[in-house]
Amino acid sequence: MAVSTAPPPGRARTSVPARRKPADARRRAEGRAAHVFLTPWLLGLLAITAAPMLLSLYLSFTNFDVLSDWDQISWVGLDNYERMFTQDPVFWKSVGVTLTFALVAVPLKLAAALGVAMLLNRERRGTGLFRALFYLPSLLGGSVALALVWRAIFSRDGSFNAFLDIFGITGQPWVNDPDWALETLMVLAIWQFGAPMVIFLAGLKQVPTELYEAAEVDGAGPLRRFWHITLPMLSPVIFFNLVLETINGFQGFTSAYVVSDGTGGPVGATMLYTLHLYTQGFTEFKMGYASALAWVFLLAIGAITALFFSTGRFWVHYADGDGR
Amino acid sequence: MTATTAEAARRPGPRAPRLTGAVRITVLVAVLAVVLYPLLWVLGSSLKSPTELASNISVWPTDVTWANYTEGWNFSESLSFGRFFLNSTLIALATVVANAASCLVTAYAFARLRFRGRGVWFSVMIATLLLPGHVLVIPQYVLFESFGWVDSPLPLIVPKLLATEAFFVFLMVQFMRGIPRDLDDAARIDGCSPFGVFRYVILPLSRPALVTTAIFSFIWTWNDFFTQLVYLPSPDSYTVPIGLRLFIDSGGQTSIGPMLAMSVLSLAPVFLFFLAFQRFLVQGINTTGLKG
Repeated sequence: MAVSTAPPPGRARTSVPARRKPADARRRAEGRAAHVFLTPWLLGLLAITAAPMLLSLYLSFTNFDVLSDWDQISWVGLDNYERMFTQDPVFWKSVGVTLTFALVAVPLKLAAALGVAMLLNRERRGTGLFRALFYLPSLLGGSVALALVWRAIFSRDGSFNAFLDIFGITGQPWVNDPDWALETLMVLAIWQFGAPMVIFLAGLKQVPTELYEAAEVDGAGPLRRFWHITLPMLSPVIFFNLVLETINGFQGFTSAYVVSDGTGGPVGATMLYTLHLYTQGFTEFKMGYASALAWVFLLAIGAITALFFSTGRFWVHYADGDGR
Repeated sequence: MTATTAEAARRPGPRAPRLTGAVRITVLVAVLAVVLYPLLWVLGSSLKSPTELASNISVWPTDVTWANYTEGWNFSESLSFGRFFLNSTLIALATVVANAASCLVTAYAFARLRFRGRGVWFSVMIATLLLPGHVLVIPQYVLFESFGWVDSPLPLIVPKLLATEAFFVFLMVQFMRGIPRDLDDAARIDGCSPFGVFRYVILPLSRPALVTTAIFSFIWTWNDFFTQLVYLPSPDSYTVPIGLRLFIDSGGQTSIGPMLAMSVLSLAPVFLFFLAFQRFLVQGINTTGLKG
């Protein structure tokens, strides 16, 4: 983007005025070509993103359900929003479950990612293999298959209980226990620490080794080097991972759906916000209400992202003023 | 003087003493064992007989049986995983082509062409990248329902033709910024229009970005559950993830073996992609922070 063709036209203007024309013509040709190349994207932006957003906002003020005709839709004002906050206990339950999930799983996932990345940081034989194998769960973990595997491993007769049995511990029916079902989903999320780990590894490579050497000469131990060099130098990458993983964490759906068979059970323990939204919209067909849920979700995610970016300047340290 | 001798003593060997090296490897291997356990478990258990599934807690079966695979594949008289795999494959391949083509032309415009309001439009594109898909699913459903597209693959594919996967547009823009502009200029001097530059310079040189896009498109579509659950309600159009869900409904201990067998088969294509393109995948995350 920075490369500019300004100098040639400038020269042309002073020496040979007639040369301006081809440059202008080229610019126009580029503009026309841009329209052609951007047509699919603009159509998508309009039809698949912008128009549905507005439609969703409108629907959130109606009693729309997909079964009735359009002429039966009636405007209900803020009823959906009012009901959500005052008469829908599942809404508050899902907010709590989603926040708990994100607040526990995301930091633990990032801690695992950073820890393993630091162990892998030095180039040795086998580092590439380790990195690849740790990354594998990030590719597979979002699938229905892995959620089914989790359901089987953490069931009453699952192999996790068989493992605990070796130590004489009587296990729980983890996925069917209201106190533990969400935790098993958190473990599944943390298990996929490979993707942020790869990003951390790239970040660690950027930290100048002289800093560590200087700190070592000054007598700083491993913990102080970690606290005073690694963390600040890595803070842009931590920030990036934190924003990305938090947004992803709020949108978890598949594992909760599969583990609870779409019910969000046991006793609402895995009722993630997206699952509540899906149930209201596609099994209860209360699409007006679900649209209101969707808009509250959007605003909440927007607010959280804004919060990250506004607090980021207090703890994110850009060494060269140009972090990621 | 002391500093230099200390430095000289440190230089030749690894910075950390040998003992921490051993600890490091031990920790890594232990973590790796935990990480790989579920995958090895599902593979081993899919080869166990029902009695062994209940009794044998070791990962590998004593008697290997393929019964779970045949039983799972022919889920019921009318439903076979052959059908589900075919549906999943067709949708994934169509998505790959649609994403690659639409995101490439969009990225070319953002990376190389000057037009009015480019900065603003680029910000809009980045903003859609952060937009949660769940927010749009209801109005999109209403829209596609009115087209009569529900229960067909169209709602899954047509949006991809319109470059709605902003991740890939961003990835390709980043990649194209690394292609030297001198090549564009040379092509232009040789008489190429912006279309010619795209055809003869950008397209051939963007192959690595296209490969990354293709792999991630395939894997994401293959693993996708939410949109397929919404748009594919009838068993004939089920994809593999939706088909796997049937095992929960049928419940019971007897179906666990076939369920695990079909889970293994559903993970296999992603695993093979991982084996073949591991380097591309890791590079892809590094350039854009893509999630797996």
